[in-house]
Amino acid sequence: MGMFLMPSLGADMDEGTLLEWMVAPGDEVKKGQVVAVVDTAKSAIDVEVFETGVVAELLIEPGTLVPVGTPLARIEVQGAGKSAPDAASVVEPARVAESVVESAPEPVAEPAPSAPLPHLAPPIRHLMHQFGLKPGDVRGSGPDGQITRKDVLAAAGESGGIAVAAAPVPTIPAPPAPPSRPRVTPRARRLAQQRGIDLNAVQTSGPVTGADVESFTPKAKTPVDRSAAMRKATAALMSRAAREIPHYYVVNTFDITATLEWLREFNAGRKPRDRVLPAVLFLRATVLAAQAVPEMNGTWEDEYVPSAGVDLGVAVATRTGGLVTPRIVAAQDLDLSGLMAHLTDLVKRAKAGRLKGGELQPGSITVSSLADNGPDLLYGVIYPPQVALVGVGGVAPRPFVVDGELAVRTTVTVTVSADHRATDGRTGARFLAALGKALTHPEEL
Amino acid sequence: MATITYREAVRQAIRTAMKDDERVFMMGEDIGAYGGCFGVSMGLFEEFGPERIRDTPLSESAFVGAGIGAALGGMRPIVEVMTVNFSLLALDQIVNTAASLSHMSGGQFNVPVVIRMTTGAGRQLAAQHSHSFDGWYAHIPGIRVVAPATVEDAFGMLGTALADPDPVLFFEHGALYNSKGELPDDAGPVDIDKAAIRRAGKDLTLITYGGTLPTTLAAAGELAGRGIDAEVIDLRTLRPLDDATFVDSVRRTHRAVIVDEGWRSGSISAEISARITEQAFYELDAPIGRVCSKEVPTPYARHMEQAAIPSAEDVVRAAEAAMRGES
Amino acid sequence: MSDSVELLRSMLRVRRFEERCVELYSQTKIRGFLHVYIGEEAVATGVMSVLEPDDAVVATYREHGHGLLKGMTARKVMAEMYGKVTGCSRGRGGSMHLFDKENGFYGGNAIVGGGFPTAIGLALADKMLDRDRVTVCFFGEGAMAEGEWHESMNLAQLWNLPVLFVCENNLYAMGTALSRSESETNLAIKASAYEMPAWTVDGMDVLAVADAARRAVDAIRAGGGPHFLEARTYRFRAHSMFDPELYRDKEEVLKWRERDPIDLLRNALDLDDQTWQQMEDEIAAEVEDAVTFAEESPDEDVADLMLFVYSPDSSAAGRI
Repeated sequence: MGMFLMPSLGADMDEGTLLEWMVAPGDEVKKGQVVAVVDTAKSAIDVEVFETGVVAELLIEPGTLVPVGTPLARIEVQGAGKSAPDAASVVEPARVAESVVESAPEPVAEPAPSAPLPHLAPPIRHLMHQFGLKPGDVRGSGPDGQITRKDVLAAAGESGGIAVAAAPVPTIPAPPAPPSRPRVTPRARRLAQQRGIDLNAVQTSGPVTGADVESFTPKAKTPVDRSAAMRKATAALMSRAAREIPHYYVVNTFDITATLEWLREFNAGRKPRDRVLPAVLFLRATVLAAQAVPEMNGTWEDEYVPSAGVDLGVAVATRTGGLVTPRIVAAQDLDLSGLMAHLTDLVKRAKAGRLKGGELQPGSITVSSLADNGPDLLYGVIYPPQVALVGVGGVAPRPFVVDGELAVRTTVTVTVSADHRATDGRTGARFLAALGKALTHPEEL
Repeated sequence: MATITYREAVRQAIRTAMKDDERVFMMGEDIGAYGGCFGVSMGLFEEFGPERIRDTPLSESAFVGAGIGAALGGMRPIVEVMTVNFSLLALDQIVNTAASLSHMSGGQFNVPVVIRMTTGAGRQLAAQHSHSFDGWYAHIPGIRVVAPATVEDAFGMLGTALADPDPVLFFEHGALYNSKGELPDDAGPVDIDKAAIRRAGKDLTLITYGGTLPTTLAAAGELAGRGIDAEVIDLRTLRPLDDATFVDSVRRTHRAVIVDEGWRSGSISAEISARITEQAFYELDAPIGRVCSKEVPTPYARHMEQAAIPSAEDVVRAAEAAMRGES
Repeated sequence: MSDSVELLRSMLRVRRFEERCVELYSQTKIRGFLHVYIGEEAVATGVMSVLEPDDAVVATYREHGHGLLKGMTARKVMAEMYGKVTGCSRGRGGSMHLFDKENGFYGGNAIVGGGFPTAIGLALADKMLDRDRVTVCFFGEGAMAEGEWHESMNLAQLWNLPVLFVCENNLYAMGTALSRSESETNLAIKASAYEMPAWTVDGMDVLAVADAARRAVDAIRAGGGPHFLEARTYRFRAHSMFDPELYRDKEEVLKWRERDPIDLLRNALDLDDQTWQQMEDEIAAEVEDAVTFAEESPDEDVADLMLFVYSPDSSAAGRI
């Protein structure tokens, strides 16, 4: 059984209206025969069937609009019928002329109407369909009762062109305009966010640019104002650390009696301003440990990114009770005196609120020290995106076992907080051991 | 090393190519007996003869298309369209055949044709003879568009263009023909993929191509005197665009002004601006500025024409606005 | 005699292929525009029967038959109509952009008149490289109104290029009759104004076409310069699939169908039914095989969209 489908007749044709059937059930049809007239948006077209057989059933009523591909009729296909029509053949002798004087081609006649409705030309059919008129609705005034365009228009009661009422277009009222944003360049915004700088505090005559943010130093207008902002920034950072970093801790207590004695001797021959504070020992030990165990010296963003050098963050208390952690870039290149010089300078400027932009960038590891009269232990919170924090507890005389006997030694307890995404306990322990070794072998610092 | 004009550089490039490869020949109006409308082919007719320096009738569509057909047939033609203004008559062949053939045929055919065209305004030639369509052509996939602005590029880019397997549109700004530059004796083909930094700077990036390079460099000189250090980038190729170079520059300077002799709306300066915004938005400290031709058919009267096309003063003004964070 | 049977077979093959395309189009297997050659087969068949394998052909958007006759397989053409990657143009061209480099078939062009400059360019290269080759440029009579025709005729004659211009005059440029578009409807006279030898031939008689083409091609190869052939023919179907044919008389169509080139030759050869049926069966099998091939062929991978915008070895490949 074959199917006669609504054909696609053009690139933009999705559907068509069956206008009329030229065949009825039981009729024989041949491949290539016109069996229906289909109306599309542009015009009415005769359509052909591609099979030879007998019409079994007409499935769609004239006047129905259907998508391309819809079955319109069932055809009972017979065996291989003759596909080529037997046309009476006229053989003309071959003629080739050098110079040609031929009659002009025949002029185009008016399109003749086609069977089986001899009075309706396709454009007329199309027009009638547009007005929803059937052949019986229109009286033909042309020769042989032929229906003309005027007849159709008269029947439709129109005087001229076909008017299609335009549907009113609903408009959506525009939302009220938002207040204009302060003029801050994209780069300035980004830098301010990275450094935790409040843009409202940065004052300029024109738009706030990146350069403005880079050179911005918070002015000590009202200490209270500033500390509130700083508190907020610290709170945000610490919350993030708590949220994102799974902390683990390794702790050890070291006997630094000999180390401190060594330092006293180191400082003995030096002028006061060249002397090295005990705090620097912890910084130096951290740097050496970071180099020995590079898995603890870097940043975590979806994966661990080791740092090439040791950019040592140092937690410094500010006058207003806040905490900043400026970093010493490439701390591995500094000896004890160098570290001391940097530390002194950093602390001075941190307390004066005059740290440089580059110093406020995140380091690769940070040391937070409460060595001066502090508590025994400090479990610090890591500064993201770093993966470790060295917490130094108070330096004080304490009971300690030396050569199997109880003694009083100057000790310090160091706690390493570490990011369990980047490392595990074994690595943390190695780091702490390296740090302890450095701390207790001052001549190698 | 010799100091020669841009015109001579193009001529030498054609001569070198024709001597090295017998498949190379040139077609165009009045390139033979007349010596070329702008004198580029002067002397070549006597040297290579009428078959290889082939004068054509005024039939842009046919002879540009014939160049395409000859390229398909195994030659390496240079088609000289007297000016870009006349190339409009050959637009069908350039767009629907040259640019489309490779992709449309599933990669069966490539069209190694070079089409040279004089372009630009500034010589009081009025509306129909002053177009800058380099950017317009750069809109079309399947062709290369290059705009040499220096003597070295005028010489070196033509050789590379002739070796390219695909169509290359080669734009020579009319105002550059008499400009002089140094060409090393052993000069050879140069790259046609990359933009060049013509002046290094740190405060803002000026991006231009072709005939407006001298204007832009003059503006940069003036800006230096006013304490603004401008980096000047010569695009050299408009399709494909070397956005890596100019985006990298803007990442360093944070400000950009594009100088383009095309009409502003929908010009290639808009494309460059869009790419900078896409790739370096957070590096910007000012809106991206554009200095283009005013949107009028080019007038004849000198002062009117000069007012219509980009001037060094326009560029300086735009640069200073960018420094203030304005457009 | 066997040559004539070959000619008949060639025409029938084009006819049946085109008829199948019509059917496939109405089933939405083939999309876009479809322009079939039904009724005009004698022109391409006759002309191309006198060509050598390395002669070049430039054609129009009504070029499926020309492609097949130039040596493209029915599979490659059908797969291209289907838009599959196994098509001659990887499915990118469709009906109007068939190309085959191997067989010297330079398309396939949707711009009326767009092929003239390509044809004269190919001939120019042949001349400059001293190759013994003829380029044939097929076009409809509507193209003779385009500037590109005039420019190209002039250049071809001026430079004595080895091109054969074959005008397939089917009397209608889409819906515009010749008399409404040409001040001079005697097309050979128009062509001869360019000092080019120009002949008119009955385009429904494949033997006449072959004869005229042979004489023209021989003359071109002997250095006689470009020639122009006007073949008077008729397309039995509409301009393309969607065309209500409001511009011509159904009786006119019927009258031309009486001179169907396939029927004319078949009757002249007095072919027996068995030979004919065998021909039909073989062709039907070839066409169905092509359809099956096209149906089963894969689409091009979308990831390859940018491939061949430039040549793959170009430094511009993949860049914008």
